[in-house]
Amino acid sequence: MKYIDEYRDRETVLALAEEIKRQSTKPIKLMEVCGGHTMSIQKFGLPYLLPETVELISGPGCPVCVTSRSYIDQAIAYSRLDDVIITTYGDLIRVPGSSSSLEQERANGANIQIVYSILDALKLAKANRDKKVVFLGIGFETTAPSSAAGIIQAQMAGINNFSVYSAHKVMPPAMATLIDEGVEIDGYIGPGHVSTITGSGIYMDIPKKFGLGVVISGFEPVDLMQSVLMLVKQIENDDQKVEIQYTRVVKPEGNVKAQETLDEVFEYGDDWWRGLGVLENSGLKIRAQYDKYNTEKILDVTVEPTKEPKGCLCGEILRGVKKPKDCKLFGNVCTPSNPIGACMVSSEGSCAAYYMYNR
Amino acid sequence: MEIKSILLGHGSGGKLSHDLIEKLFSKHFDNPILKQQSDSALFGVEGKHMAFTTDSFVVDPIFFPGGNIGKIAIAGTVNDLAVSGAIPKYLSCGFIIEEGFSYESLEQIVVTMAEEAKKAGVQIVTGDTKVVDKGKCDKVFINTSGLGFLDEKYKPISSGTGIRPGDKIIINGSIGDHGMSVMAARNDLNISADIKSDCACLNHMIADVLDQTTEVRFMRDATRGGLGTVISELVQNETYGIEIKENQLRIHEKVRGMCELLGFDPIHVANEGKVVLVVGKKDAQKAVEIMQQNEYGQQASIIGEITEDYKGKAWLETMIGGKRVIEMLSGQQLPRIC
Repeated sequence: MKYIDEYRDRETVLALAEEIKRQSTKPIKLMEVCGGHTMSIQKFGLPYLLPETVELISGPGCPVCVTSRSYIDQAIAYSRLDDVIITTYGDLIRVPGSSSSLEQERANGANIQIVYSILDALKLAKANRDKKVVFLGIGFETTAPSSAAGIIQAQMAGINNFSVYSAHKVMPPAMATLIDEGVEIDGYIGPGHVSTITGSGIYMDIPKKFGLGVVISGFEPVDLMQSVLMLVKQIENDDQKVEIQYTRVVKPEGNVKAQETLDEVFEYGDDWWRGLGVLENSGLKIRAQYDKYNTEKILDVTVEPTKEPKGCLCGEILRGVKKPKDCKLFGNVCTPSNPIGACMVSSEGSCAAYYMYNR
Repeated sequence: MEIKSILLGHGSGGKLSHDLIEKLFSKHFDNPILKQQSDSALFGVEGKHMAFTTDSFVVDPIFFPGGNIGKIAIAGTVNDLAVSGAIPKYLSCGFIIEEGFSYESLEQIVVTMAEEAKKAGVQIVTGDTKVVDKGKCDKVFINTSGLGFLDEKYKPISSGTGIRPGDKIIINGSIGDHGMSVMAARNDLNISADIKSDCACLNHMIADVLDQTTEVRFMRDATRGGLGTVISELVQNETYGIEIKENQLRIHEKVRGMCELLGFDPIHVANEGKVVLVVGKKDAQKAVEIMQQNEYGQQASIIGEITEDYKGKAWLETMIGGKRVIEMLSGQQLPRIC
């Protein structure tokens, strides 16, 4: 495939691996904070190619994984309403809530449909005027603009039976909190898709305040190996800064149009992250002028009290202080077909990636 | 976890399906023949060795590039018999048809089934038809069962008891074609990729290999759950390991592209005309060459081998030289793919 094969070239990857080995003297831990990176690293077996000095750890980069269990419980409660159609990206459907899951609710008769784009949800709303279509808005700066665009389109097209239940979040507060909390990280592999929207400016505080480098990386093996090499060089030369490896997609200023759309519909608010707790201004809340499209404002439900699973280390794993293999539930009690924690469900989750590719 | 109700994933052919079979069907239907848990049941009748299998087909859409539900209904059952080492002979077929279904479409399906059966050298000797109210099934569902005869010397093939380190792993061509063909044919994705399903009866090709070699230790058709599921099942008894080389796998450009787009791993995508063989070192290359003579094996190749090391694990050497484990498909990847 053009534009992909070049970045999966064996010789290039092996040459980069050799160069990393040559330049790396200090033992370092690099954290990726994008689920796509986690999956790619495991799928291509990159840790196998890195020297012992370089350890890759996974951070809170999987949107499904950092979402609270109470969000799932509330989505389940919406799905139980008679005239509601729930639309969602596929990953979320299998995430366990306190006593059920959307998958289970669908088997029980709830109308829950997997969509690949919010536009499909809008189409569904248009075709089913007697139903209320709820879109589960999950994800970081990457997917949030499309949720915003969906709301704007609904307003323009006069679609009034459509709403978004937002758990959208932004990444920088989580990256700063991890360092603040003393998690041992020597550098960040910066999220490629998030940065496509936001640009590189949002990470400037990280080298300035914490002395850590950020390299915004693409998703192919050559991208990731090159990003590791760039971070190794920064650390070896004590020259920590924000760099873009993924220059073919990410511009320093980001996608201004998407940022404006995002800003039109959403405002910052405090939000709860699995493993990190409540982080100031880390969530995206729908602005009051769009209340009509905010599920939480228009649908009233009673949600069961949230029960967190016992023994699940998702929180520690998302902070990068534990690896999936450290969890007693991993691989025996908690498997992709019987997930206890969200990290085992999403294809971007650390536990799912380790289970599939590194067990 | 206790199963409260049946989820789509229970029909995926992956781990949930295995759980359902083990916890429900095997538990209640328990008998020595069922316990073999191979593609076909093997048993003796008056001194003859028989293979018997059944499969139901619910593919959506019923017509797709490279085939239709009728073609898979024949190929699926014929292949299940053939990979057990048997010569497929007789098939039954049962139709469950939705009220209002077009006669013309039904005829097209039946004609395909007749053609495919003729090509495979099997006869459809009994059948059944049920029609249900509109909306109670989706167009047409088909069940086929098949009976074949087995030479005693091939009995170990379906369980793979003869597999030993050094044996080679062979597949007869590209992976993921069927799954992505059906996905692309579904309107809801709005993807226009002309991917042809690999759906085909492989019994003649398999018979050629069995006739001309002596070291075929194991065969399985890599249908739902794909190549990855066959490979990970092979190492489950933990007596040996497997190493597969990703750069030896053939994946069509369009299939790769669609997998990238949808986030699927081609190694777990369904095939309907692919057989995985484990063949002793001496005969492996010969088996590949025999398969290459057949229209369904032109791209046959050795993709890996059985190893003494890392017992119970299947490793993939990735295309860039990294290493990772091959796991069974878990949960539901694509519902109604066959």
